[in-house]
Amino acid sequence: MVDAAFLGLSVLTIVSAIAALELRSLVYGSIALMGTLGGIAGFFLLLDSPFVAMFQLAVYVGSIAVLILFTVMLVKRELIFKKIEDKRRKFVGIALMLVLIVALSAVILDSGIKQITTDEPAVDFREIGVDFLTYYWPALILMALILSGAVTGALVLARRVDEENGQRTQ
Amino acid sequence: MVNELSDFVLVSIALLGIGIYGLAVKRNFIRMLFAIEIIINAANLNMVAFGRFLPDSGGQTLALFSIAIAAAEVAVGLSLIIVAYRMYHNVDVADFRSLKG
Repeated sequence: MVDAAFLGLSVLTIVSAIAALELRSLVYGSIALMGTLGGIAGFFLLLDSPFVAMFQLAVYVGSIAVLILFTVMLVKRELIFKKIEDKRRKFVGIALMLVLIVALSAVILDSGIKQITTDEPAVDFREIGVDFLTYYWPALILMALILSGAVTGALVLARRVDEENGQRTQ
Repeated sequence: MVNELSDFVLVSIALLGIGIYGLAVKRNFIRMLFAIEIIINAANLNMVAFGRFLPDSGGQTLALFSIAIAAAEVAVGLSLIIVAYRMYHNVDVADFRSLKG
């Protein structure tokens, strides 16, 4: 059994995921993607993980979606409204999606997952902080290095090289 | 809890299917990035759901790592889009042919 909040969130998440891929305009598509990411944050709240939900809101809805919006705005106007896809591939893709969903759902529902229930209280987010600083601290430092490396790499990649010997090289 | 673990896993399977469809059908670089984001979010939902139902803090910790790495991935992907757009004036992945053998 599910409650109303779960139903509403799942409808919001799945419909806006489809809309993000199928809407003609990329700008509306990225706004629909924000709906998906926000819906996932709602699921995290339902799962008693408010810390992850706030992280999701801050990182995904707050920064990544806005970054995507700005990149979409850098692209030419005709390209924003043009759909680029193959008609034949579309049917194959829909068939692939349906096969994947049916097969995975059958496997999951057959695996005895229904017996996993819990009455225990949710994990306190203080425990996550302790985990981060004791068991996972090498991973945390590695992640910080990867993040700074990725952001520096992105800056170097996107930098425009201007005016070499009077000629613009791109 | 009212909601069962299988409900959350089914929603995440649906999101995974939609993401795979997007990756298979779309040729627009930006739309493919959307599809990748949807797949990553389905995985995060799975991790947090299992972490809640087998009460353990590992699920949430891994989900936090995954969100942070996904942020790095999006930054690099978007700058690749900008570079490719500057070179080809297009976002169609079928047009990016300079590495084709």
